[in-house]
Amino acid sequence: MQVHWRQSLMSYTFLAPALILLAVFTFYPLLYGAYLGFTEYNGARFANHLPPQWVGLRNFETVLGDPLFRTALGNSVKYLLVVPALQVASLAVAVLVAKNIPGIALFRAAYYVPVITSVSLAAVMWEWVFNREGTLNWLLRALHLTTPEAAFGWLNNEQWAFWAVMLVTFWRGFGYYMVLYLAGLQAIPEELEEAAILDGASAWQRFWRVTVPLMRPTILLCSLLSTIAALRVLEEVLVLTNGGPLNSTYTALMYVYAKAFQGFDFDYGLASAAGLVVALVALLLSALNFRFFHREEQA
Amino acid sequence: MNTALRYLLLGVILIFAVFPFVWTLAIALTDKTAGSSIYAFPQSLLPRRVTLHNFVDVYRTFSLGKYLWNSVVITGLTVAGTLTVSALAAYPLARFRFPGRELIFGVIVLTLVLPSETTFIVNTLTLKNLGLLGTHAGVVMPTIAGAFGIFLMRQAFLAVPAALLEAARLDGASELTILTRIMLPLTRPSLAALGIFTTVTTWNAYFWPMLVLSGAPDKAPLAVAVLKLKGQFNYDPFNIAAGAIIMMLPVLLVFLAAQRLFLRGMEGAVK
Repeated sequence: MQVHWRQSLMSYTFLAPALILLAVFTFYPLLYGAYLGFTEYNGARFANHLPPQWVGLRNFETVLGDPLFRTALGNSVKYLLVVPALQVASLAVAVLVAKNIPGIALFRAAYYVPVITSVSLAAVMWEWVFNREGTLNWLLRALHLTTPEAAFGWLNNEQWAFWAVMLVTFWRGFGYYMVLYLAGLQAIPEELEEAAILDGASAWQRFWRVTVPLMRPTILLCSLLSTIAALRVLEEVLVLTNGGPLNSTYTALMYVYAKAFQGFDFDYGLASAAGLVVALVALLLSALNFRFFHREEQA
Repeated sequence: MNTALRYLLLGVILIFAVFPFVWTLAIALTDKTAGSSIYAFPQSLLPRRVTLHNFVDVYRTFSLGKYLWNSVVITGLTVAGTLTVSALAAYPLARFRFPGRELIFGVIVLTLVLPSETTFIVNTLTLKNLGLLGTHAGVVMPTIAGAFGIFLMRQAFLAVPAALLEAARLDGASELTILTRIMLPLTRPSLAALGIFTTVTTWNAYFWPMLVLSGAPDKAPLAVAVLKLKGQFNYDPFNIAAGAIIMMLPVLLVFLAAQRLFLRGMEGAVK
């Protein structure tokens, strides 16, 4: 009994730093942030030590009625188009690098390098690519797809900036999912593949009838991760276009950030409400994603 | 698939993956005094006159050393904090029975799935109240206790044979001694993995340090400063490219040294 009491005391002592930090910087902000969404609370109130004032659903009405937020949320949902592109490409690349041929380790490692690149470095480097005089336009000219007169800066173009930002997200992400898919591929027993070959299945048939069904758990995991990441995209937008031109790349989480930290009066209550809406959509999409793949599995 | 075709595809993807780095390196090495433009293709992809002057120049004119030092301090503190806090928390979770253990573990797991869209707002307010906004401690503290590190260390500690701990206890060793003298040396690979992952993530982090240090630009790490350099009036792509290479180099070296560990560690997440 004595020993157990001492063991418990020791356990709590060792756990204390982690628990205190988690309580202060994870759980408290989650709960307090949710509460702030229902209050009026801004920079002025904070500076004067005035408490948040309960206003019910007012912030949510304001947020949902704000055309900028609707544009932002629409852009975030549109950004989900990166998910299928990213997943199909990563799986294809994983299949491509799965076979052990000379030098394959080098390719695998090189494809992962964008993943370990800071978003700010990506912004610096890709801006040169997307520039009016940059490599992308040069390449298009070399392929006779455009003329020098028709060249534009991709990040300054209302129609193309969105897709340019998405390309950077794609670039920074495909190596990450490739590694996950590669692990899934390597877990498939070779006998299955060999049996299919003996049965006379073509490479294409083997991919669809053997590989894809067995990879379903990995595909679900990667799609979930990728969906949530796409909905929460903020950093790429912040560093590449800052939401412009004409809000064409403005995303939902950017709205949360801007309301809280940009402008004249930092509106923490409104920003929190917008954050809750985004969180709710993320939760909903995860559930949908899960059901979609789960049903496929049963079919 | 035909091997030649396979290599062709691999090569095309390789260009897509590394082109921005290669070009940035080419720009950084270009002798700008020759009056060359970074957009003069294809010469700008292969500098004719190579120089290291841009590296010296960016170090001097942009006080790059200061930002580099900030990155080192923030990363060092974060790694030390993460390893300490994770190991301390993981030890009892792995090896002891005490009331509330399941609950505590459940709560830590929960942090992985809870929607965190509003945490950065409240955390900024908390730091302001604590007087830590605009300090390196303010950047570091909210990031060091995380489920990932605690999980990783708990798994490692679970694999240590119980007999070793029993023997140490019979010799009268305290739990802290057992943790530091037996558990940590035996789980060095996991510690290294956690350290490397934390180093890369922290070194590259942009949003959180930018937010916390927005009022203290002198304390910004390189990941934040590099964009300020870009925005400065004396926009000099050659210097910025040199700064970018300097920033990328440590991460790249860490990655190349620990490549296996990196890719395996990621794979472990699926299995």
